[in-house]
Amino acid sequence: MRRIVLWLASTITVVVLVFGYHTSTNKTLLAGVTNGTSTNGTSSARPSSPSSADSGGPAATRTYTGAVTQTRWGPVQVQVTLRGEKITKVTVLQRPSGNSKDTEINDYALPILVQDTISAQSATIDMVSGATLTSTGYVQSLQSALDEART
Amino acid sequence: MSSATTVRRGEARLHRHVEHVMGMPVSVALRGRHARTPAGCAAWRAVITELRDVDRVFSTYRDDSVINRLGRGELTLEQCPVEVAEVMELGRQAERRSGGAFSVHLPGPDGRLRLDASGVVKGWAVQRAARFFSSLADTDFCFSAGGDIICHTTGAAGDPWRIGIEHPHDPRSLIAVVPVRAGAVATSSTAHRGHHLLDARTGRPVQGVASVTVIGRSLDRVDIDATSAYAQGGRAASWLRTRPGRTALVVWPDASTTVIDGRLSTS
Repeated sequence: MRRIVLWLASTITVVVLVFGYHTSTNKTLLAGVTNGTSTNGTSSARPSSPSSADSGGPAATRTYTGAVTQTRWGPVQVQVTLRGEKITKVTVLQRPSGNSKDTEINDYALPILVQDTISAQSATIDMVSGATLTSTGYVQSLQSALDEART
Repeated sequence: MSSATTVRRGEARLHRHVEHVMGMPVSVALRGRHARTPAGCAAWRAVITELRDVDRVFSTYRDDSVINRLGRGELTLEQCPVEVAEVMELGRQAERRSGGAFSVHLPGPDGRLRLDASGVVKGWAVQRAARFFSSLADTDFCFSAGGDIICHTTGAAGDPWRIGIEHPHDPRSLIAVVPVRAGAVATSSTAHRGHHLLDARTGRPVQGVASVTVIGRSLDRVDIDATSAYAQGGRAASWLRTRPGRTALVVWPDASTTVIDGRLSTS
């Protein structure tokens, strides 16, 4: 969860910088962002509604869609809705995939000790990690048995 | 010299290549869309070509290699390919982190210290070369160079690669198996090459530990950590615990083991 909040917060910072080129109301946008970043890190990605700019009116609702931005966690695209000069909604259109803690833990497991001697031909292993296998030692190694691939 | 074979294992069809480069066997198992396509074969050839280039630069066995010429003072670092500076920096960091147990200055055949980045180069080179396999869409790979391994699996549903860890006392059997979906595995021990692993602080062969296997995200890091941990001898496990995010298996001389779980700490 913390990770999602982190990239969302950094994304909003980036979004502000990006929007800075598109609007002349930098100061008011920044004020809006201060409120905006206190939202909890909801990250549902919904399709963006078309940007609309009501002309005039102090409470006009405007929607800005930022460009896809590369963050250290991956590509992010955010849509911001303002009512007047306050950000009222942040919608994440695209967020980094993977690299959540769950995925990290699934990347590899702990080594599982083998109780009995297993020969390469019957073991369900794909590759052998050992001390540097040299080409001279290779012929006798488990790895060569795998590479020869007798089913 | 290169051979390729296809096997069926369970539901997945693996396609394997093996070739000898840098004095060691380099093997890959491919699974998925490009396992047998021209793109897959081209990726393999690109990997082998790059590893041969690395060997020309860094081999201490070739008299005219860049590393030997640098070590003899015939070249300055600035005159070397830029990769040499990168590798030297990795070596410096490794020396610092290991408290000097790991070093890029090691005794040569005549007993005198010489520049030898072999402990760093292999993991670094293999990690770089793996990008050719990463570029194959929808293709899983398990890539081993002399027992240092990088794996990748596309999609969360794919079977993890099963990496057998060689028993340090018997190269024909296993001591453990580690399932890896995405990550790197490196093992240090004295098997296969006699006492090529020396404690850089004493210059003598390491004792007190039979082998160290480290599992993590990138091969250059786990390769250095496995070598550095091994050089710590009997302190290998406690040294590994100071390295954030490293999961490892230490095998002691009596074949007892210690498993270190680093997955829950941030690295």
